[in-house]
Amino acid sequence: MSEQSHGGPEHSGAVEHAGVEESGKYAIDNPGIPPHRPRLADEDPRAAKRAERQVAVLFGISIIGTVLFFVGYFVVGQIGPDTEIGTVRLQNMLLGLGTAFSMLGIGVGIVHWAKTLMPDHEVSEARHEVRTEEDRQVAVGMIDDIVEESQFKRRPLLRNTLIGAVALAPLPAIALFRDLDDSDNRSELATENFGVERLRHTMWDSGVRLVRDPTGTPIKASDVTIGSAFHVIPEGLNELPPTEHLNQKAKAVVLLMRLDPQDLQISPEREDWNVDGIVAYSKICTHVGCPVALYEQHTHHLLCPCHQSTFDLTQECKVIFGPAGHALPQLPITVNEEGFLVAQSDFHEPVGPAYWERG
Amino acid sequence: MKALSQKRRHPIAGLALLLLGLLITGGLYSVASTMNQAQAATTGSTYSAEDITEGEKLFNANCATCHGYEAVGTEDGPTLVGVGAASVDFQVGTGRMPMQMQGPQAQAKPKQFNDEQTAQLAAYVSSLGAGPSIPDEQYLDTDHEDVDLGNGGTLFRVNCAMCHNAAAAGGALTRGKFAPGLDGVSEKHIYEAMVTGPQNMPVFSDSNIKPEDKRDIIAFLKEIETQGSPGGAKLGSLGPVSEGLFIWTAGLALIVGFMVWLTTRSS
Repeated sequence: MSEQSHGGPEHSGAVEHAGVEESGKYAIDNPGIPPHRPRLADEDPRAAKRAERQVAVLFGISIIGTVLFFVGYFVVGQIGPDTEIGTVRLQNMLLGLGTAFSMLGIGVGIVHWAKTLMPDHEVSEARHEVRTEEDRQVAVGMIDDIVEESQFKRRPLLRNTLIGAVALAPLPAIALFRDLDDSDNRSELATENFGVERLRHTMWDSGVRLVRDPTGTPIKASDVTIGSAFHVIPEGLNELPPTEHLNQKAKAVVLLMRLDPQDLQISPEREDWNVDGIVAYSKICTHVGCPVALYEQHTHHLLCPCHQSTFDLTQECKVIFGPAGHALPQLPITVNEEGFLVAQSDFHEPVGPAYWERG
Repeated sequence: MKALSQKRRHPIAGLALLLLGLLITGGLYSVASTMNQAQAATTGSTYSAEDITEGEKLFNANCATCHGYEAVGTEDGPTLVGVGAASVDFQVGTGRMPMQMQGPQAQAKPKQFNDEQTAQLAAYVSSLGAGPSIPDEQYLDTDHEDVDLGNGGTLFRVNCAMCHNAAAAGGALTRGKFAPGLDGVSEKHIYEAMVTGPQNMPVFSDSNIKPEDKRDIIAFLKEIETQGSPGGAKLGSLGPVSEGLFIWTAGLALIVGFMVWLTTRSS
């Protein structure tokens, strides 16, 4: 327990005995603390006064910053649908600068205060010795006492009921998380509520018309010229209530493109899934579910902007680059008697991310 | 009928049939191509015959190396039959064509032809086959009373933002290709790009996005061009790349600066 100190004020209570005890004990003598060098403010009262003013100015900046924040928040006013973008910009600027000034002013001020004005005597504390075996025994004795006095061993009824209570306590969390899954397509079986079952079924069904996102207007096969890309939602989606609308849209969005039919390499079971080279694919990336909609009409590549997974449209959206694990699910489409594009059925596989078991 | 069946094995019967077939094919072709020209004339608005001949001269001198005479295409360049005047006006008007060199995609550069020459080239190419024509002035008027900026923004985010970025700052595609930023692109060129789908951009024909909706999109783009960012420096609106770079350099430098200041002794 030795302390070393230099230059402390008389009332600091620090004891000065640098290098006395350790001398000769180690190969290298304790060099001690470099000599104390007084600061400008320690010797010159004018410098101290100046430092005091600087700190006060910094605290003043903090006060101005807080005022600035409230000017931005209350004087500039509420942002509504009719607010000019210039007003939004002004408000954001005042809020940001105000917060920055009010925080930095306090922080920088306190540090400057401590560095220039508060006492700066050096103190060093020696490291404590490692605890002895005796101390360890005392600690073990304490734990034994606790076990003994709590009567943990003597009253097994208490012990067992406590274990039971602790084991049961986390169960409400399971119920809570289970109830997050409140979608309409919830199955009777609890095991099918989570995960892939929710993605297995979308709004697409036999005869559901393909309509434009966001207008909801149906698409005639003749509207889709070669090289076109249409962003498509199922008919009826726009009529759903807001939350349900988003939940369903997140699963059902589709990209519709037309290629020269000769460019398509179609597997036998999908031969009637396109209409004269018009193909529809799920827009949800099979990696982690970003919307894949960057379509290059000459290379026929579909690129996901998040992790650069690239899908080749000519090979039924096979992954040709990137982390995605599966081809994009294809939506089988056909034309109805009025010439509008309709789905033949739902997707034949779950849409979206493939990091869980797809079954 | 009997006489015909008796003579069908005659030595010159095959020859006669071949001639007949050629005659029908040729006849049909000439009818079809005049129909094509008639269509081109209706969609190609007001090009005079002189424009077309002047355009042909310019085309043969500047474009035929890659696109071939009569714009039938070669190994180095696609056919331009049926691309329409809008396509020529866009590609030549933005300097993308003639291309400086073959690469992942033709890039915008100072244009090589003046407006008159561009119009002549457009006249010639549109005379080869029907295609999208140069847009009507009324669909480029972003101050039109029917313009709905909100609708334009929604359509832009659904159809365009995935490649061109939500702030229209552009973005990367595969293998060296990219979607350019749309700041400073003229109303006419934006419209023409939508309707023709230059290079790897998909086509957004008038049957997909109505001309009035295209006008809304253009008006939205012009609006965000003049209004700027809603908060502070936008760092190119490029998202996490430029923002991350900024915070890892400027932000870290600031923190290191504070550390140095905190640990130095006051003088």
